[in-house]
Amino acid sequence: MEMPVPDSDVLARKARVVERLRDVLPGDAVIDDPSETRAYECDALTAYRCPPMVAVLPSTTAEVSDVLRICHDEGVPVVPRGSGTSLAGGALPTADCVILGVARMNDVLETDYDNRIIRVQTGRTNLSVTGAVEADGFFYAPDPSSQLACAIAGNIAMNSGGAHCLKYGVTTNNLMGVTLVQMDGTVVEIGGGHLDAGGLDLLGVICGSEGQLGVVTEATLRILHKPEGARPVLMGFDSAEVAGACVADIIKAGVLPVAIEFMDKMLIEVCEDFAKADYPMCSALLIVEVEGADAEIDVQLALIMDIAKRHNPVALRESASADESARIWAGRKAAFSAIGRISDYMCLDGTIPVSELPYVLRRIGEMSDKYGLPVGNVFHAGDGNMHPLICYDANKPGDLELCEEFGAEVLKLCVEVGGCLTGEHGVGIEKRDLMTHQYAPADLEAQMAVKDVFDTKWLLNPAKVFPLAVSEPRRATKFAAE
Amino acid sequence: MKMSKMKTEDEVTAAVAGARGPLAVRGGGTRSVGRPVVGEVLDVSGLSGVTLYEPGALTLVAQAGTPVAEIEKTLAAENQRLAFEPYDLTGLLGKSGTSTIGGVVATNASGPRRIMAGAARDFALGVRFVDGAGQVIKNGGRVMKNVTGYDLVKLMCGSWGTLGVLTEVSLKVLPGVEAVTTLVIDGLDPVRAVDAMSRALASPFEVSGAAWTGGQAWLRLEGFESSVAYRAGELKSLLSSFGDIVETDADWRIVRDAVPLHGAEAVWRISVKPSDGPAVIASLPEGCDAMMDWGGGLIWAGLSGGDIAAAHTGVQATVAGLGGHATMIKGPEAVRTAVPVFQPEAPGVAALSASLRQRFDPKGILNPGLMAA
Repeated sequence: MEMPVPDSDVLARKARVVERLRDVLPGDAVIDDPSETRAYECDALTAYRCPPMVAVLPSTTAEVSDVLRICHDEGVPVVPRGSGTSLAGGALPTADCVILGVARMNDVLETDYDNRIIRVQTGRTNLSVTGAVEADGFFYAPDPSSQLACAIAGNIAMNSGGAHCLKYGVTTNNLMGVTLVQMDGTVVEIGGGHLDAGGLDLLGVICGSEGQLGVVTEATLRILHKPEGARPVLMGFDSAEVAGACVADIIKAGVLPVAIEFMDKMLIEVCEDFAKADYPMCSALLIVEVEGADAEIDVQLALIMDIAKRHNPVALRESASADESARIWAGRKAAFSAIGRISDYMCLDGTIPVSELPYVLRRIGEMSDKYGLPVGNVFHAGDGNMHPLICYDANKPGDLELCEEFGAEVLKLCVEVGGCLTGEHGVGIEKRDLMTHQYAPADLEAQMAVKDVFDTKWLLNPAKVFPLAVSEPRRATKFAAE
Repeated sequence: MKMSKMKTEDEVTAAVAGARGPLAVRGGGTRSVGRPVVGEVLDVSGLSGVTLYEPGALTLVAQAGTPVAEIEKTLAAENQRLAFEPYDLTGLLGKSGTSTIGGVVATNASGPRRIMAGAARDFALGVRFVDGAGQVIKNGGRVMKNVTGYDLVKLMCGSWGTLGVLTEVSLKVLPGVEAVTTLVIDGLDPVRAVDAMSRALASPFEVSGAAWTGGQAWLRLEGFESSVAYRAGELKSLLSSFGDIVETDADWRIVRDAVPLHGAEAVWRISVKPSDGPAVIASLPEGCDAMMDWGGGLIWAGLSGGDIAAAHTGVQATVAGLGGHATMIKGPEAVRTAVPVFQPEAPGVAALSASLRQRFDPKGILNPGLMAA
């Protein structure tokens, strides 16, 4: 993966930059020893690594503002980092950058049940937001698989989704306000405890901007009362086509499950091995979950099971206990780590119109044969967000490149059938160079115009999202501006 | 005023690229909100028709000028609907036009179900628009989950045609419901009403509408018949201390379209934290009528006679202190010309908004001044 050549002028001024940062931060919050900066060399896209020039760990919005102002003055690129769980390389450093980690900012600032909101510092992990309110019966809905580790800052940057977003939406649908620090150190408050914007919806464009418009230090999030209960049902089918048809019929019948998850044979096997959830061995497995009081669940599941029966399932089983439900989900949520135990893999994240599912799965199978790399499929079937996991051998020369080529072909196919490159992981560096397949030059220009407004010198996470050749003229201006 | 009626995206592109002065962008002409725009009318209602509808994928794509009524009819045939419940301003503003889907998206028009399901901005999956330089831009797409690049779809939602002229929108739709009921509690003042609504909205019973009008709190439940009956029972016992609770088949269009305020000379739409709703109502000038939606978070206020400009300034000052925004949805043209119709933004935010407008509309010709001078 090509990254910009580090700016030798910035590297030459490292000592001065470090000194200025130490002026505004506590001693242990500025990390410049190469043996320590190495801890920040990559995120969860571990195939690419590069230690940053400096890492800083501010504790307040004011400290974040000071750091950004100094870096803006000095023309130093800044890469914001939540917990470093990005699968797209969103927090991958460059050798000339300052990594700005928000991990020390993890307080709950306010919980307000009357207004169904919580305000947190964004270094707080996704699951611990729910942790702060669950004793009172509430939860924060977006649930990315990495929710134990991932930070709200990263969720906002990537507009993270999760298994349950069919009903509750993704981060952007649950984010009500942010404190945003711009690259020049300006702090702005956008949104808050009220709904929707009175002017332009800046919150909507900040969410999902991959840390390129500013650093979000505080967030107001919508919380909901937990449903009275939830119960999944497992369905096994002979083919992906039949499973896809079943999903469409469930949705057309007017039931809106909270989640519909799909796994193919390879994933069923590795996840079963990992979680012992008693998954049926078949070509296509669906986990369909509904919520409500017991009686409400019974009614919805009866309808869903009736539909499933019409599609001749090879297995059809309602979860009989809370423990069984937990194991069913543990298998699905551990899909990435389960496959990681047996192989190096690359996880794709394209979305397709659900009607194209059988065709796309067939084509992916053909590509797997062509490239000689095994692939497993797990995805959110209700919304068409696919996660093909391509296995490769990191120690075999050329295998990673082959895998990347395979991945790119799959993602181009997603766009071709009316979908997109990434449904919830973000573009990062991983899909950066494919953006021209989804967007025309004018479309990319309009997006970059937004960055021009928020970050005039293009210093925030500058080598991400847009193909390097496309963003090059803008990244070059940071020197002209000095 | 000169008017050009567009039928295709190419015509829109040519009209914007060739414009020599301001353009007043118009769909069905049902939302004459904001500072009046003096300019040639660019009518896009001719770009009409649903171009793709996949009920099994819950997605629909339509040209921007497609009437909302046509979309709702198409969806109803498959027992689906626009879950964000777009409001219709024709009654309030005394207009005879037909509300279009482009207008709904451009103004982020959402009704009572917004508190549970989300706003128009949450259901907009993709857009095509013509920017102020006459270029066609697309963003998003027609799939439900998409984080490819920046979300300009949300930026376009609620930009009131000041960043671009929408030509096509794709939307997420949801299944319709089997049963609906409304629990009504009479004789509540705003404080008690918000208390009751908050209690209901903080329950697991999925309230899809929580409004206060004429001293009554309305709580709507939707879904499968048996589920609605169960939740109605649970909510009744949860809220029994607030008074007698009666089940009705209330017409939620009354709330959605602010029907009780149709006769008012000036009408404001105010969004605050639900718990601030009663304080906003208490601060309104003498003679104001008010109703609440979104559990107290949305206040519709109406006034006839008196000093409307002064009332407007007062409302926006109150809201600025609380956090939120107040928009004058209806008001005499002279007043709308003189006051900031939309809530003035804090300086840092206003600077970002102004720069974005400058980038998307460098000639300053798209509904100039409508949202902010």
